[in-house]
Amino acid sequence: MRKSRHNLKSPEQELRIFRVRALLALLVVFALTGLLMGRLAYLQIVQHEVYTTRSEKNRVRVEPLPPTRGLIYDRNGELLAENRPTYNLTLVRERAEDLDATLTRLVEILELSPEEVEAFRVRSRQRQRPYQPALLMSDLDEGQIARLAVNRHLLPGVEVEAQLLRYYPDAEVMAHALGYVGRINAEELERLDAGRYAGTHFIGKTGVERFYEDELHGESGLRKVETNARGRVLRELGRTDPTPGKDLTLTLDKKLQHLAFDLLDGRRGAIVAIEPATGGILAMVSAPGYDTNQFVTGIDVTSYRGLQEDLDLPLYNRAIRGHYPPGSTIKPFLALAGLAEGVITPDQTIYDPGYFQLPNDKRRYRNWLRWGHGRVDLERSIAVSNNTYYYTLAHELGIDRIHANMTNFGFGTRVGHDIFGESRALMPSREWKQERYNQPWYPGETLSVGIGQGYWQVTPLQLATATAVLANRGEWVKPRLAMRLGDEALPSPLAETPEDIDLGNEAWWDRVFSGMEKVISGREGTARRTGVGLEYRMGGKSGTAQVFSLGQDQKYNADELAERLRDHALFMAFAPIKSPQIAVAVIVENAGGGSTHAAHLARAMTDAWLLDDKEPDVEQIREELEE
Amino acid sequence: MALSGLSRPWRPHPIKAPASGMSRRRGFWERVHLDPWLLGMLLLLMGAGLVVMYSASGQRIDTVISQGVRYCVALGVMVVIAQFSSATLMRWALPAYLLGVAMLVAVELVGDMGMGAQRWLVIPGVIRFQPSELMKLAMPLMVAAYLSRRELPPRFRDLAVCALIIGVPVVLIAKQPDLGTSLLVAVAAVFVVLLAGLSWRIIGLLAGLAAAALPLLWMNMHDYQRRRVLTFLDPNSDPLGAGWNIIQSTTAIGSGGVLGKGWLEGTQSQLEFLPERHTDFIVAVLGEEFGLVGMLAFLLLYLLIVCRGLWLAAEAQETFGRLLAGSIILTFFIYVFVNVGMVSGILPVVGVPLPLVSYGGTSSVTLMAGFGILMAIHAHRRLLPR
Repeated sequence: MRKSRHNLKSPEQELRIFRVRALLALLVVFALTGLLMGRLAYLQIVQHEVYTTRSEKNRVRVEPLPPTRGLIYDRNGELLAENRPTYNLTLVRERAEDLDATLTRLVEILELSPEEVEAFRVRSRQRQRPYQPALLMSDLDEGQIARLAVNRHLLPGVEVEAQLLRYYPDAEVMAHALGYVGRINAEELERLDAGRYAGTHFIGKTGVERFYEDELHGESGLRKVETNARGRVLRELGRTDPTPGKDLTLTLDKKLQHLAFDLLDGRRGAIVAIEPATGGILAMVSAPGYDTNQFVTGIDVTSYRGLQEDLDLPLYNRAIRGHYPPGSTIKPFLALAGLAEGVITPDQTIYDPGYFQLPNDKRRYRNWLRWGHGRVDLERSIAVSNNTYYYTLAHELGIDRIHANMTNFGFGTRVGHDIFGESRALMPSREWKQERYNQPWYPGETLSVGIGQGYWQVTPLQLATATAVLANRGEWVKPRLAMRLGDEALPSPLAETPEDIDLGNEAWWDRVFSGMEKVISGREGTARRTGVGLEYRMGGKSGTAQVFSLGQDQKYNADELAERLRDHALFMAFAPIKSPQIAVAVIVENAGGGSTHAAHLARAMTDAWLLDDKEPDVEQIREELEE
Repeated sequence: MALSGLSRPWRPHPIKAPASGMSRRRGFWERVHLDPWLLGMLLLLMGAGLVVMYSASGQRIDTVISQGVRYCVALGVMVVIAQFSSATLMRWALPAYLLGVAMLVAVELVGDMGMGAQRWLVIPGVIRFQPSELMKLAMPLMVAAYLSRRELPPRFRDLAVCALIIGVPVVLIAKQPDLGTSLLVAVAAVFVVLLAGLSWRIIGLLAGLAAAALPLLWMNMHDYQRRRVLTFLDPNSDPLGAGWNIIQSTTAIGSGGVLGKGWLEGTQSQLEFLPERHTDFIVAVLGEEFGLVGMLAFLLLYLLIVCRGLWLAAEAQETFGRLLAGSIILTFFIYVFVNVGMVSGILPVVGVPLPLVSYGGTSSVTLMAGFGILMAIHAHRRLLPR
């Protein structure tokens, strides 16, 4: 039929076809519209709850409100760590109506130098997410802030933002005692309670800042805000205020700490002073120090490498991590051990020919005085620091009893209560040597331990602590830095204190003290030069630590080598002998043999603490030491 | 008799013989060659669109005014085009089509790049113009003009010619690349062929071929086009990137519920979570603030416009007019379907605005020109020789 109508147009047929097709199309249109309506009904009725929740989540954001970090004071209320507001200039470009005009005006108001203007312009062009403030300048001075405030209405989008930054006024002097805060790193982020630290950028890295991190930090608050898609806050819907961190008062005395730092005079060394009654650390200096403020904002690579590669190891906290052979400073403790173990009595004497020999051994263990001190009793043995007396005593005690008794004084243990990163150092024992070297203990090694050499190593903090325990006649106090947290005084004495030391005869303490007093005030005392003009009774003991070897990877030139091979000078002391108020340990690296250097520093510390009217003259002490 | 066109029974060749020469009592609408029902519904749609636009533009009255001005221009274009007879339109078909193809070639050679696609033809200081926009009308015009001169239903040779007519511009537009528009242009032409009576066998065959060609299409797609398709299949694969639009638009619509959050109260829309909220995604603003009720009202209005359009097409006296009008109104519906489908997440994101509601001048003018053609076809009747 179609063929027969070839080349003929048929309006009727065309219309018919169109009608059918149009009707079909209309049905499809209805079907598709129905599909859309079904989809909308599904979204808006069935899934309504789901999408309502999602839309709320979009709109409402919870922002953390970081707490203010607690301040740190010394025992007299002197500020040691504060939060200093720094002011940053930010610009939200989207809100600046005319960016160029705004920048030109800012440059005028801030009175920038040409170089600053260039840096400023570069920063203003940095790419930034929309509505995020771009940092134009940090650390504005007061004049600039004032001028910005006056011209505020001319500067849409420009804000002055305050940020609290930790600041240590006495950074270098306090470095090793306080520690510092720094930006939270990835590893810490994983460990921390995310909610509590949500708005916090800084965390205590070491020292007191680290140990009391929880208390100093405080509790985060939060606020619910409505934001738009670009994260811009439109209004606040609710808030919980943060709880600021607790202020921390330390037992440190800022003046004494400064004195200790000045006394060390840039030499490598450490001074730790403790109040025997409480264990409160009055001063704890490791020299050289470093500027902890650099670490707060993030130290640059060059400076950090400089500190790390410095041969004097300024980052190394000698006071709590430095390992030194105690030398003769431990002789009073060994004497006490001998008394307690019944090996000696105070009046028992030995004859010193200038050396000691083990039975069946030809080797002579020498006294420091070649021809010997002759008859030596306990007090004299301390005063003249006789070696033969202690070779004999050590031999009779044996390493096991020495180890047990010295451990009672805290050697080879972590003594501190709130000291972060403290080292145990080393109190050698038979078991230790077996494990470490797989060798038996030799009797000759006991003799070395008897004069504080050999394997024995102590930290300055251990030495000061043992001295405080001795000054307390065996009553233990753990050294600590915190005195008060917020309004709450910390308990004293502290829980978990080691057991007190009982000699069995109170008078024996006095005999040991007497020997120690003679070190400084006696005719023969090793530190008699230090005792000149002493206005109170003081006991002490000198020590010399031999520098055995240098680290393998340390390279020195000839002059330095000579200097660095010199012995370390040590001194421990307490005063006054009746009711002691300060126990101090001093270590000056490579100051040379003899006791003068360290003893002078110890005396200056006790003078400063005990005599209100007399300030030690650091210059004069230095001059004396030069001679 | 102003509304006489509505009450007239549907007859193949309505004969309303003028008693003597010209009709003496032609109504106002006939004299201006406009269909009052269609015009009324379009005005209602644009008016409602402006209300949504105020909210979608972030309550900027100047955007609404500017859109209103575009509507006025578009209405003007519609009125002018409605004055031409279908014979004149038919005479335009070939020149318009050739001009369109020439401009597409020009775009290919010297076109302006924008958003990774070369779509604009610029005569500096004078005009920026998208030739593909012209093609949306020129294409069905050309195919309808061609087919109406042939015997219907079309024979194979005619179909081959049609395929050529359709193929050249579609490929040119697809190369810009603007796959969405090229498909819509093709759809407009295909509607003409379908309405002309393409046999069901061939329809089935072509559908099969199209399905087979899908992998080929996929291989020739640009990365961003593929990403759109993948994102459509799983919006959560990239929630902050490509999936953001669709997640935010479904969230807006879904959270609107039955009655909506109220005008200017939509948090998704007002807090700028919704992307392109006053252009392609305006329907999400509607869905969020006016709820299912508002959505259904708009869909109903669109449906009525399409019904009226099909009615006018069916009433046309000649095949050319019928095919053209039918294609225009069905294409209009496809725009609505694709846009609402994409915003509500049942179609991939293609850049199709919601007709006469989304912000934009060019598309409004093209659409209203289409309605102008529809009215021209309807209003210019003449007595056909029997």
